[in-house]
Order: sequence, then C-alpha cells, then structure tokens
Amino acid sequence: MSGHSTYQPQNAFMQWMERRLPIAGLVYSSLIVYPTPRNLNYWWTFGGILSFMLAAQIVTGVVLAMHYTPHVDMAFNSVEQIMRDVNYGWLLRYLHANGASMFFLAAYIHMFRGMYYGSYKEPREVLWILGVILLLLMIMTGFMGYVLPWGQMSFWAATVITNLFSAIPLVGESIVTWLWGGYSVGNPTLNRFYSLHYLLPFVIVGVVVLHVWALHMVGQNNPTGIEPKTERDTVAFTPYATIKDGFFLVVFCILFAWFVFYIPNFLGHPDNYIPANPAVTPTHIVPEWYYLPFYAILRAIPNKLLGVMALGASIVILAFLPWLDTSKVRSARYRPLYRQFFWAFVIVCIGLGWLGSKPPEGNYVLFARIFTVYYFAYFLVILPVLGKVERTKPLPNSIADSVLLEGKPIGAPAPPPPLAKA
Amino acid sequence: MSSAEPTRRDFLYIATASVGAVGAAAALVPLIAQMNPDASTIAAGAPIEVDLTPIADGQVIKVFWRGKPIYVNHRTKKQIEEAENVDVAKLPDPQPDSARVKPGHSQWSVLIGICTHLGCIPIAHQGPYDGYFCPCHGSIYDTSGRIRQGPAPLNLALPPYEFLSDTKIRIG
Repeated sequence: MSGHSTYQPQNAFMQWMERRLPIAGLVYSSLIVYPTPRNLNYWWTFGGILSFMLAAQIVTGVVLAMHYTPHVDMAFNSVEQIMRDVNYGWLLRYLHANGASMFFLAAYIHMFRGMYYGSYKEPREVLWILGVILLLLMIMTGFMGYVLPWGQMSFWAATVITNLFSAIPLVGESIVTWLWGGYSVGNPTLNRFYSLHYLLPFVIVGVVVLHVWALHMVGQNNPTGIEPKTERDTVAFTPYATIKDGFFLVVFCILFAWFVFYIPNFLGHPDNYIPANPAVTPTHIVPEWYYLPFYAILRAIPNKLLGVMALGASIVILAFLPWLDTSKVRSARYRPLYRQFFWAFVIVCIGLGWLGSKPPEGNYVLFARIFTVYYFAYFLVILPVLGKVERTKPLPNSIADSVLLEGKPIGAPAPPPPLAKA
Repeated sequence: MSSAEPTRRDFLYIATASVGAVGAAAALVPLIAQMNPDASTIAAGAPIEVDLTPIADGQVIKVFWRGKPIYVNHRTKKQIEEAENVDVAKLPDPQPDSARVKPGHSQWSVLIGICTHLGCIPIAHQGPYDGYFCPCHGSIYDTSGRIRQGPAPLNLALPPYEFLSDTKIRIG
C-alpha cells in the first residue's frame, strides 16, 4: 500500500472534502478494500480487540477522572464514593479495573501469536519492536493506575517498584528520590502518577498509530508465513476481517462482562480495600496477575542489581527476537521442533506467573530459577540454534493453495479453483 | 446490490448493525448518567430548616441551600405596605406582592439571592425601595424581590419553602 487510495466519491461534498483532507480515502484504503490474507484465523482478531480495549480504558478512565481526587487524604474515599454514590460508578470502576486485566490478556495472546507464526521476522521487525514499546508503556500505565486507589497494595507496590531503581549504582538513590518527590512514597508521588497515568494512554495511541502504519506498509502475516503472491491470496478487509474481528470481539466481551458483573474482584487483591498504611507492609505482597511472571524472574535472582537487570532484560530481550531466531521459515506450522519448544515456553511463562504469586521459599524458588533459565535460554540459545539445525516441513506454493488444497499433498499443482465472486 | 431479492447476507448485515446500534446506545447510558449529581450530592441538597425567632424586625439573613444564597427578610410594616401599594401593571415583571409571600406570613420574604441578569448576589437593604441592589450592572429590586430598574429581566426567584410553624420554615 502506498500512494493515493482508489476511493472515488460520488457525493459532491465528499469530493470537495477528499481533495482537502482525504480521511475518507484513508479509511477506505486501510479498512475497507485493504487486501487481507484469506487464511487468517481467530488469533488474528486480537489486534482489533486491543484497539477496542484501549478505547474502552480511555473512555472509562476519563469518566472516572471526573470523580477521583488524587490526594493521599482523599483518594481512597473518592474511589469508595465512585463505587457507592456516583451513578453507575460501580460499573465504570469495575470496567476500568477488569478492563486492564483484559487488555493484558489480549496483549499476551497477541504476542504469543506473533511468536508462533513468526510475525516478527523480516520485514516486520520494526512492527514487532513497536509492539514491545507498547507493552512497556502498558506496564507503566497499569502500574501507575494501580497506585491511584491508595490502598495497601497500591502504596506498597509503589514503594517496591520505585525502590527497584535504587539498585542502580551511584545514581540509584537520587533517582528514587526524584521519582518520589520526597523521602518516601507520598502525596507528590500520587499526584505525579495521576498525571502520567492520564498522559501515557495517549502516548500509547500515538505508538499504536505507528504500529498500524508499520503493519500496513508490509501487510499482515498469515498462518502459513508465506507472503501473498496474487490477488487469489487475499480478500478485502471489509466485510471478511471486519466481521471476523467483530465476532470475536463480542466473544471476548462476554468474558470481560463475566468478570465485571459476576466476579469483579476475583483478579484483584483484597488488601487493596484497606486504606494505605505507611507503617505496615502486608504479609503477602504481590502485583496484579499480569506482572507475576516478571515478578517471579526478579525474585529468582538472589542479587539485588542482577535481579533488577534480569527483570528489565526479560522484556527488552523481546525486541531482539527478529535477530535471535535464525530460521528462514516463518510459521511454526512448518517447524515441528520449534513448535514444541514454543509450547514449553508458553508453559514456562504461565508457570512463572503462578510462581510469582507464591511466597519466595523452598521449591517455589527452585522452580522459579529453573523456569527463568529456560525463559532466557529460549531466546539466547534455543532459537538461534534451532534455525540452523531444524528440518522444516515443505511450504505450500501460496496462501490460496494452502486454503484450497486442504488435505491434498502440498506441492501438487493447484487445479484452477472457481474464482470467488466478490 | 446487484440482485433484486434481498440476500441472507443483507439480512445479516442489517441485523448485526441493529444489534450493534442498540449496544452502542446502551453503552452510552452509564457514561452520560455518571455526570448527573451523585447520591452524596443529592443527600447534601436535602431540605433545610430555618428558625425565624432570632431574626429581628427589618433584619435580612442569608442561608445556603443547594449552593444557592437564600435571603430571609423579616419585613417591617412600612416595607410591606410599600410593596403592596404598587401598580402591578407598570412593573417590568408584573407580579403582586401577595403572590410572592405565603398567606398570613407577608412579613417573611424568602428569595433566592441570585440576580436574574447574570448571576451576581444583590446586596440587601439597598436602593430606593430599601430592597436589593446588584453591584455588577445596577439592577434594583424592592423588598418583595421584584425588579424595578436595571437590566435584570425577571423578579428574584422564589425557592420552594413552607412554614412548619410561625417561627420555622423548611426550604427545599
């Protein structure tokens, strides 16, 4: 996709508008006639789901901000007032809190899809790296948002996470003081977290624009990992992808609604309903579930600085994935050995998450260390080696062939299939 | 559409769009409703009772209800007579004094102290009628709270109130 769209408006006003600000043409070429691989499965709907969740979080967040007070003496009560007094306040709060969980769930699925099908490989490296940046922004935004209710978990999470920076030699303590705006987590900290929590989602919107732009430059990946060659390999985005995205968004929202209406506090920690007490640390201090794997990696390393570095490295290493994986074959569909290591990686991630919720003692620590080793070995050892030694399955000739020759031996010449009428 | 007969696809499109529209409308309801006064604001706006006994003859006090200033004026006999002996038809906003007090309690004038011009609070015991004078743009009201001179278009508004006894009123 490059250059002007093929949009030809019939309406006189639209022609006038199109010459001055071709937004309609942009929507037309990006979302309506945009050629989409015809074989995309439901794992590809999560990009759309993430866009929806971003909008939902911004809308519920802006509305909550009309009632929240970012002062240490009033924050907790303002949230309770939202829950009890504000019309539909309980709904807006639960939508926003559970929405964050759903946002991360969709993001992790979206990333695992990318890893399985090789969507990070040439020419999609920048697309992938923008995604890693988006993950980092999400992590920061979610952390600051969790501090705002000023419960016990809010306060102590703020203390622990900001204290991570004290591991940095020489300048660590100064950085922590600078972050706090004081000698401990207090009102200046809360106020600035509120400001940044409002700001970062709009930064995320900007990076999402870059992410989608990078995507449209090179086109979607697809389950075969081979690029579209002819028009037979693609279909128009609307109605096919639009409806597929819309359908799975509804299914996703059913899960979302299940949490919001039936078990709205299941994913949260009850200690956050206790107002923050700077004198008492809760015995069982844990972050929200979506940070648990990183938390487990941090605690697995017995050294303070190395633990913090491992935590950072566990996210940053994702950015190098396009170069660490040496395989010429994109999709795991045709990489049987890689597939096994991939699923082991998924189990390791989930396992690290579970271990992150456990107290750091005994066998929990042992397994957290083993899993951490696998996590890094996957990127630094397994992927580079696999690409060189793996025997991959033969690739189909084209996307159309892979769809239309179901069950027939790959490599057989495709009989001319009936051309699908639009 | 190329075919004359509506297809199954057309039905599905219209059905999906309709359900989507209903969903979008339903989603808007809480987003808009949350801006209305919440339960604590409504509770804080509950009616108030004012004891009239400490208010001397000729004295005006100011109380607040729902954030609005309310003048409670214990009018003197002279003020009541002057307010009643007026050619109602010549007033900018014609209203007899009797319509602006409770029957049998014409010495008590209870008014919302917000100038009907642009919202300033007029000052009591001012002006040629010993009523109210708004310093912002010079509107002049009488003791009944009726506009006499100046840019204000309407008489001072009356809050909802009732006499619980001769010495106590409930506003709101």
